[in-house]
Amino acid sequence: MRHPGINLGEHHGEAHDQAETLVFGFWVFLMSDLIIFGLMFAIYVTMANPVGMAGGPGPKDVFDLTSVFIQTMILLTSSLTFGIASLAMRHEQGRGRIALWLGVTLALGLGFLGFEARDFANMIGMGAGPSRSGFLSAFWGLVPLHGLHVSAGCIWIVVMLIQMRTFGMIPIVKTRLLRLGLFWHFLDLIWVGIFTIVFLAGISA
Amino acid sequence: MTSDHTTTWLFGRLDLSSLPIWQAIQSPAISELIAGAAAMIVIAGAIAVIAFITWLRAWRSLWTDWLTSTDHKRIGIMYCVLALVMMTRGVIEAVLMRAQQADGLSGGFLTPEHFAELFSTHGTIMIFFVAMPLVAGVINYIMPLQIGARDMSFPVMNQISLGLTATGAVLVMSSLVFGKFSTGSWAAYPPYTGLAFNPGPGPDYWIWSVAIAGIGTTLSGINFAVTIYKERAPGMTLFRMPLFCWTVLCTSIIMIFAMPPLTVATLMLAADRYLDFHFFTNDLGGNMMNYVNLFWLFGHPEVYLLVLPAYGIISEVVATFSGKRLYGYTSLVYATMAIAVLSFCVWLHHFFTMGQSANVNIAFGIASMCIAVPTGVKVYDWMATMYRGRIRMTVPMIYVTGFFILFVIGGLTGVILANPTITYQVHNTLFLVAHFHNVIIPGVVFGLLAGIHYWFPKAFGFRLHEGWGRVSALLWIFGFSFAFLPLYVVGLMGMPRRSANFNDPAFEPLMLAALFGAALVLSALAALVIQIWVSVRDRDKLAAPLGDPWNGRTLEWATPSPPPHYNFAVLPQVKDRDDFAAAKANGRAFADTANYGDITMPKNTALGMIICAAATLLGMALVWYIWWLAMLSVLTIVVAFVARTFMLDTTYTIPADEISREHRAWLARVRAASPITRDRETDDVNQGLAVLELPETLKASR
Amino acid sequence: MNDLDYRRELRDYLIGFGLAFTLTVGPFAIVAWGGLDRPTLLIFLGACALVQITVHFRFFLHIDLSRQKREDLQLILFSVLLLIIMAIGTIWIMGNLAMRM
Ligand code: HEM
Ligand SMILES: [Cu+2]
Repeated sequence: MRHPGINLGEHHGEAHDQAETLVFGFWVFLMSDLIIFGLMFAIYVTMANPVGMAGGPGPKDVFDLTSVFIQTMILLTSSLTFGIASLAMRHEQGRGRIALWLGVTLALGLGFLGFEARDFANMIGMGAGPSRSGFLSAFWGLVPLHGLHVSAGCIWIVVMLIQMRTFGMIPIVKTRLLRLGLFWHFLDLIWVGIFTIVFLAGISA
Repeated sequence: MTSDHTTTWLFGRLDLSSLPIWQAIQSPAISELIAGAAAMIVIAGAIAVIAFITWLRAWRSLWTDWLTSTDHKRIGIMYCVLALVMMTRGVIEAVLMRAQQADGLSGGFLTPEHFAELFSTHGTIMIFFVAMPLVAGVINYIMPLQIGARDMSFPVMNQISLGLTATGAVLVMSSLVFGKFSTGSWAAYPPYTGLAFNPGPGPDYWIWSVAIAGIGTTLSGINFAVTIYKERAPGMTLFRMPLFCWTVLCTSIIMIFAMPPLTVATLMLAADRYLDFHFFTNDLGGNMMNYVNLFWLFGHPEVYLLVLPAYGIISEVVATFSGKRLYGYTSLVYATMAIAVLSFCVWLHHFFTMGQSANVNIAFGIASMCIAVPTGVKVYDWMATMYRGRIRMTVPMIYVTGFFILFVIGGLTGVILANPTITYQVHNTLFLVAHFHNVIIPGVVFGLLAGIHYWFPKAFGFRLHEGWGRVSALLWIFGFSFAFLPLYVVGLMGMPRRSANFNDPAFEPLMLAALFGAALVLSALAALVIQIWVSVRDRDKLAAPLGDPWNGRTLEWATPSPPPHYNFAVLPQVKDRDDFAAAKANGRAFADTANYGDITMPKNTALGMIICAAATLLGMALVWYIWWLAMLSVLTIVVAFVARTFMLDTTYTIPADEISREHRAWLARVRAASPITRDRETDDVNQGLAVLELPETLKASR
Repeated sequence: MNDLDYRRELRDYLIGFGLAFTLTVGPFAIVAWGGLDRPTLLIFLGACALVQITVHFRFFLHIDLSRQKREDLQLILFSVLLLIIMAIGTIWIMGNLAMRM
């Protein structure tokens, strides 16, 4: 099998070709998305300076290192738990086990979003909403965009849990889970960029 | 809630005074009357179309055969129809602008505001809703046939792409009836398009039509690229693909990677306008130069996105109508790739005058000039292909000849403009307008028109009328020359672009010449319409159902015209570059086989239309601040998507019997027909079966 | 698809997780404690992020140098090339403009 995390079996020749096409197509989509994030990063970098901050609060004033650390750990762990779910699927360990680990991943995803939402609320509370400055606009353009992706991922997990129940582990469900996995890991990868460029580099300035 | 509140809640900021027709009634000045008339034309046009379809009793067929179809060929045709409709509007606007400027010395008949609206809609429409859909349409139709595939990799997504493109076009058309379009040009630079200077709905129309259509284009790009990677017929290695497919691959790469900057730029502008962000505002740390940078990160690759498929078409047309193998195939492939990558490295040449240092400018200036090298390679390869060929001056070849002469001029002025010091002199003058029309019209438009004439018989089973085609082609060529070559001069004399009037009498004669040219272009378009009409009327005489009217070289000609839904009864086994030419030469062509199999094809679906409708409502709702409708539309889109993933029965199977029956019937007609020689190819006898001629027969006998 | 395979693959994920964990905690710790001068710190942060991204690609997204993955790898590298052109170009241009304002 070419793609770890999926096991359609030898006798599914055509389904297998189709799965490959779907997965490759999804990779291409992710790369297009990567450009979107990359440009948001670039814009952020060009605005993270005194002119962009326009006398408003800077990174040091508004970011909460501890909370970001917690979010980072949650997201990283969720990558691992998704990985375990993929392995359970690949080794045909049964629907229950896959659903269990997907559920754990979903819980972690929601936890991440919860902490993130709390941070956002705090920022608004201290007058650091997007309307305050160009710098904050860039922040609010980039980080919530990632959060939006994670929310989409969570909805997707829910949809897949339902489909696993209604359809069983048929090939198309498996390929969808496979793509969901790519999406989830990809978001963690973007987060590496975010905590490095936005939070760590910002707080240490 | 008072009734006032209810109306605002229901209709947002849309009210009677935002209707141009109402304004024309209130204050009937010429500008308002034109706007009102345009709105009437859109409404009347819509009613006429509806009436016409009802009269034909074609609603059911329109829905099942077209709108819900996932067939790449039908989708391709719908793209082209959309583009031609929009082109009519774009050209009419162009003529209006030309008329205004021809009369510009005495102030003209349009208000500057209206003129600004015209160049903004004209530019937006021509780029996003004429050139892009034409490109997407031709690619959709031809590329899967050329690589020997049955359909795109993602047929439903293909339909959604079409739906989203149509959404953008509908939004632009709606702006004629409801409110006004942007006056901020096709590039919509803030802060002018920001809320502070332009609180009205215009820029919002621009944002949503472009953003939504842009997402559709990104999806198209993914689809094209994956199709080329994964759906090629057995034996069709990358280096056996027709050159057109190579250009499509490079174009789709540009779609995938250059649309994101546009998406980002438009959505940021929207955030500024709707959510009080400060990306591009004057105050509070916004930086409008970020927008310019993002826009051209998209904008430059965009022009290559448009012109590369045209290069591909020209390669096919030149080879076919010279009766020769394409010269320098490999160099053409590498030149195409080089152009695609270089096109991402030159965007700054659109804002040399923005204020960065000379070092930055010169780096991008040099990079821009470099693109001339692979482009030159291509032109020489095409000339070498024609050299000692038996050239037939059919309509596609007339367009290609116009391309050769005129496009090279446009390319040269491009190299001139790549020099920052010169740009400082002619920036924002009509010199620039002349330059980019000079590459877009002879390059993109002529290329695509050549392609349409070349492949029309494939798509519809009959050829386009040759005589009217020649009239139209010549009118395009001369019309373009009169309309734009004078603009170089007037630009060098200092006439700024985007100005409704001027006060230097020296500009006057040249502007009149340009108006004459624009009128010629309008008649070229009329001739095109007449040509299509005449060809449809005489379709029996022009019929070429056997599939190969031009002695073609590539796989699409190995199918009946029009090809069946599944394209190929049996997937071709490709053994050569220009496989069909090789097959004809050594007798492999038109073979019957024993092993027909069942074919599984995607079923129709309404998803694309649902998303198109919902996205259109979403766009209108956002433009007019009708929040309930916006939320409802988003919800519809999400639910439709998710619901679709719960449908598993998405394909149907065509039994092998049916396929073999259809295929054998066609083969029998081929056997019974008498092949014709090339000197009779534009006569009625051309049924689409070609006599083998030099040099293929020579090669085979060797 | 036996138990041994499963254990090996699970171990892969765990190794990936361990590496990513270290590469995350390190930068956070350094920033929390402070002390490094800014250029060194930025280089350190950047290096950790790059390595961590590679780790994610290798252990979570299963991209490696094998033949089967050639297509995906080429796609990713090409995308990264374009991203670098666009992002670095943007920062260069906007930085230059900011300097001259
Ligand atoms: C068919 C003949 C055409 C004529 C007579 C024509 C004429 C014009 C005129 C008069 C302008 C305004 C120039 C100014 O700024 O003063 C203009 C702008 C423009 N045209 Fe055309 N045009 C034609 C076709 C096209 C085509 C085919 C395309 C692209 C596919 C195109 C793209 C544009 C763009 C992008 C602008 C710039 C709009 C802006 O300033 O924002 N035009 N054209
Ligand atoms: Cu350019």
